[in-house]
Amino acid sequence: MDSLVERFLGGDRRALARIISRVEAESPDGRQYLRELFPHSGKSHTVGITGGAGSGKSTLTAALTAEYRRRSKTVGIVAVDPSSPFTHGAILGDRIRMQEHALDPGVFVRSMAGRGALGGVAPTIDGVVAVMDAFGFDYVLIETVGAGQDEVEIAGTALTTVLVNNPGTGDDIQAMKAGILEIADVLVVNKADHPGADLLASQLRALLSLAPPGQRRPPILKTTATKGEGLDLLADAIQEHREYLEHSGEMETTRAAQARHQVLAIARQILLERIRRSTSDAELSSLVGRVAARELDPLSAAEELTGIALD
Amino acid sequence: MTAPTTTKIRVLIAKPGLDGHDRGAKVVARALRDGGCEVIYTGIRQTPEMIAEAALQEDVDVVGLSILSGAHLELFPRVIDEMKKRGLDDVLLFCGGIIPEEDTKSLEALGFKAIFRPGTNTQDIVKFVYANAHAHPRN
Repeated sequence: MDSLVERFLGGDRRALARIISRVEAESPDGRQYLRELFPHSGKSHTVGITGGAGSGKSTLTAALTAEYRRRSKTVGIVAVDPSSPFTHGAILGDRIRMQEHALDPGVFVRSMAGRGALGGVAPTIDGVVAVMDAFGFDYVLIETVGAGQDEVEIAGTALTTVLVNNPGTGDDIQAMKAGILEIADVLVVNKADHPGADLLASQLRALLSLAPPGQRRPPILKTTATKGEGLDLLADAIQEHREYLEHSGEMETTRAAQARHQVLAIARQILLERIRRSTSDAELSSLVGRVAARELDPLSAAEELTGIALD
Repeated sequence: MTAPTTTKIRVLIAKPGLDGHDRGAKVVARALRDGGCEVIYTGIRQTPEMIAEAALQEDVDVVGLSILSGAHLELFPRVIDEMKKRGLDDVLLFCGGIIPEEDTKSLEALGFKAIFRPGTNTQDIVKFVYANAHAHPRN
C-alpha cells in the first residue's frame, strides 16, 4: 500500500487511477489512502461545471481545459454521469467530447458514476476531488450530471461554480426561482451562436440586478464551446472569482463550510451504518412492516431503531 | 434509491481505427450497463494510444474492442502494446465485430479471452464479463 502512495506522490498516473477506484469503492484501503493524501490537497483551484442535460457541459469543460493548457496549467477532470436507479449500471460518455486531451500528459480525465447520490454529484466526490487535488493539478474541473433546478451539491465541493445556461430554455421566471441559480459564481450562456442568446444574457443580467445591494453579482459570459469561443473570458472570470474569494476573506469561510459539510456527511453515514449493523434484517423488516400496516408511525419506529427519543 | 457501495465492474468499450459504425459497440455498452457495469464509451476513431490511455485513467477492469473494418490484426496488437507500455497487463480483454474464424488463435495469443461475432446474445457478453472480470485481484 505504501508503495502505491509513493508512486502517486512521485506523479505516477496509474497510481492516481488506482487510488481513485479504491476511494470510490469506499474500501478500508481506500479510506487509508485518503487519510494519507488529504494533507497534500488544498492547492488546486476546484471548479464545478453544472447545468442542464445537453447544455454543453462536457464540450465546455474540454474547451476550458484547452484554454488552461494554452496558459500552461495542468487540469484534472472528474466527469459525473448518472447511474441507473434499477441496475446501478451506467454509461459514462463524457470522454467523447474530451478527445483532444486524450494523450496530453497535463490532463487527466476520470469518469464517475453518480451511484444513486442526489444533487448531481456522486457519494465519494469529495474524496475523489481531494485525491485529484493532492496529485498536484493546477485546476480540478468537476462536471456534474445534467442538473435541473435543485442540484446544488456541487457548491459543497467546488470553490468556483460555473452554471451553464442555453438560449431557448424558459423565461426569466424560471431563473428567478430559488435553487441552482443561487449557487452560481459565474454564469455562462453557452451555444451563444443560437438565437436568443443575447436575450437570455440580458434577462439574467436584469434578474441579478434584483439581488440585495452589496452582494457579489456573478459575471455573465457568452460562449460557443464547440467553436472554442469565449473560453478566454471564462478562464479570466474564474480567476477573478478566485481572487475575489482570497481578497474578501470568503475563501476561508467557503473552505470551512465545505469541511463542515463533508465531516457531517461522513458522520451521518457512520451512524447510519452503525444502526444498520446493530439491527438484523428481520428486526428491521418487522419494524417497517408495522409502519406499513399503520400500527406504528415512522417517527416512533426511527426512535426505536436509534434508541434516541425525539423531543 | 441508493446504489450499494460495492466495487463496480468498470468496462471500456472502444472502437479502434477508421470505421464509423458503432451500433454494435453501443448495443454491447447498453447491455453491460443493464447488467450493472459502469461502462466508459469513448466513441469512434480511437487510436491505440488513446484507448490504452483511457483504460489507464479510468482504471477499468475490462476492455472490449469493437471492429468492423477488418484491420483487427493490425490494430489490436498495437492496442495491447500500448497497454503493456503503461503496465496494464491485468485487464480482461474481449473483442467483437467482423472477425474471421481463422484469426481466433492469433487474437487469443494476444490475450483476448473471448471473441463475440454478429448474432451473439448480449447476455452471453454480460455473463462472460461477470465470470471473468474479478478473477484475479488487481494492484
